[in-house]
Amino acid sequence: MSRFLPLAEAVESTIRDGDTVAMEGFTHLIPFAAGHEVIRQRRRRLTLVRMTPDLIYDQLIGMGCADKLIFSWVGNPGVGSLHRFRDAYENGWPAPIAIEEHSHAAMANAYAAGAAALPFAVFRGYLGVDLPKVNPNIKHVVCPFTGERLAAVPAIRPDVAVIHALKADRAGNVLIEGIVGVQKEAVLAAKRSLVTVEEIVDDFGPRSANAVILPSWTVGAVACVPGGAHPSYAHGYYKRDNAYYKAWDAISRDRDAFLAWIKTNVLEQGPEAFAAHSARLNAAAE
Amino acid sequence: MSRAMDYTATEMMTVAAARALRNSDICFVGIGMPSAACNLARLTHAPELTLIYESGTIATRPDVLPLSIGDGELCDTALTTVSVPEMFRYWLQGGRFTVGFLGGAQIDRFANLNTTVIGTYDKPRTRLPGGGGAPEISSACGEIFIIMRQAPRSFVDKLDFVTSFGHGEGGDHRSRMGIATKGPTKLITDLAIFEPDPMSREMTVTAIHPGVTRDQIAANTGWPVCYAAKVDETAAPTGQELSVLRELHARTARAHGDAA
Repeated sequence: MSRFLPLAEAVESTIRDGDTVAMEGFTHLIPFAAGHEVIRQRRRRLTLVRMTPDLIYDQLIGMGCADKLIFSWVGNPGVGSLHRFRDAYENGWPAPIAIEEHSHAAMANAYAAGAAALPFAVFRGYLGVDLPKVNPNIKHVVCPFTGERLAAVPAIRPDVAVIHALKADRAGNVLIEGIVGVQKEAVLAAKRSLVTVEEIVDDFGPRSANAVILPSWTVGAVACVPGGAHPSYAHGYYKRDNAYYKAWDAISRDRDAFLAWIKTNVLEQGPEAFAAHSARLNAAAE
Repeated sequence: MSRAMDYTATEMMTVAAARALRNSDICFVGIGMPSAACNLARLTHAPELTLIYESGTIATRPDVLPLSIGDGELCDTALTTVSVPEMFRYWLQGGRFTVGFLGGAQIDRFANLNTTVIGTYDKPRTRLPGGGGAPEISSACGEIFIIMRQAPRSFVDKLDFVTSFGHGEGGDHRSRMGIATKGPTKLITDLAIFEPDPMSREMTVTAIHPGVTRDQIAANTGWPVCYAAKVDETAAPTGQELSVLRELHARTARAHGDAA
């Protein structure tokens, strides 16, 4: 059964040094508040898994929390590079980072295989391209029925999945709507999970019969952190802070500017800062 | 007809790219310039065009261009939104797209694309974002349209890395790989439109934008450019195309807080 905890305790009890951690959310519902708590608790030697590392992993990598990144598209969407990742990968600052690179199709299939408790994912992919030459975890299998040669990658089975959802009810069930990404698969594939939510409600109320709900017994720690996906967004709560994504380019280009930003906005803050961000966005939209 | 340049080369490129899309197309939309071209098509000659983004948003009709492939605008205006594994398994791998619309950092004469590294993979001079959806979009969509600005460093003789497969080494390379789809059928740049030669599959200029010279094309291409037997002049953007595109960009800038 899931258990409600303050964010700091949720991270403390769920994520250990050296863990393989997947913080998912495909542009929508990226668990930034949980990522910041991981930075504050100074986790080390993490293997970070995420289809689109986004600003959340740029921040974790820039603070030296990770020594390996498994990904399929490592940029600031619509803006450019992730400069902290590039500085770590190209210059070893603040520490070297190893990479394991896939395509989106491979990672999406690998999460689905993990959720299905299969050892690997099979799909039609990587045809004619160079990634299989540089990533030994991309292999091929032959279909036993048709003889077709298909791509195979290991299932993703993280130690911990971290996601941000819209709501939890009092029983600790978790609701996601909108762009649902790979979050359900990530949680079901992981040994442990941590879910931050916008709010805790008595009852989910009117919803589609097909809304994505993770039952309480599939979820670990649940922490209520309003605004916890900022600067990504929460469907029906607040919009994506595109201006922040653009501003990150300049902040992250420079090591000192980055460290100063982290000090002010992460190390000297707590999860309650996120509610202020989302409230500001909603006030600006009115 | 006036030759006055009352539009930019980027606007010409976006308009020419939009025109390539048909009303009946089911299009997998890449972010950035492909997204602008796809939405311009939907807002002009192809109102029923089905646009799908890899975030799982199917038949989306955004009022402003998304900054990312998963902006809320895409979900709010979509017919339905599916999970990312479903998007790549049932919809892309399932063969339900007539067109994939891509951009890239480097392209070669056979329209293979590199968005991974400049330099070597292990010690890159520039680490680029990587493939994302492109490696499988390139093989699973019925055909591929590519939109890219031409420059010597992006139109190269040899790619540093093959992120997605176009026509490979040319000729029947795709079919030898067991790929049944057509691959890149149009490359729209800020200077010209390229289409594959029927035999060699080398990308060949079939139309040149108004006011552009063959010397300009040569100076911005890292291989000796082939021209089709008949090379057209691209029709200049119409007033309507330009006004719709400019309004789309203005709405987008306001929505993304650029004016603030």
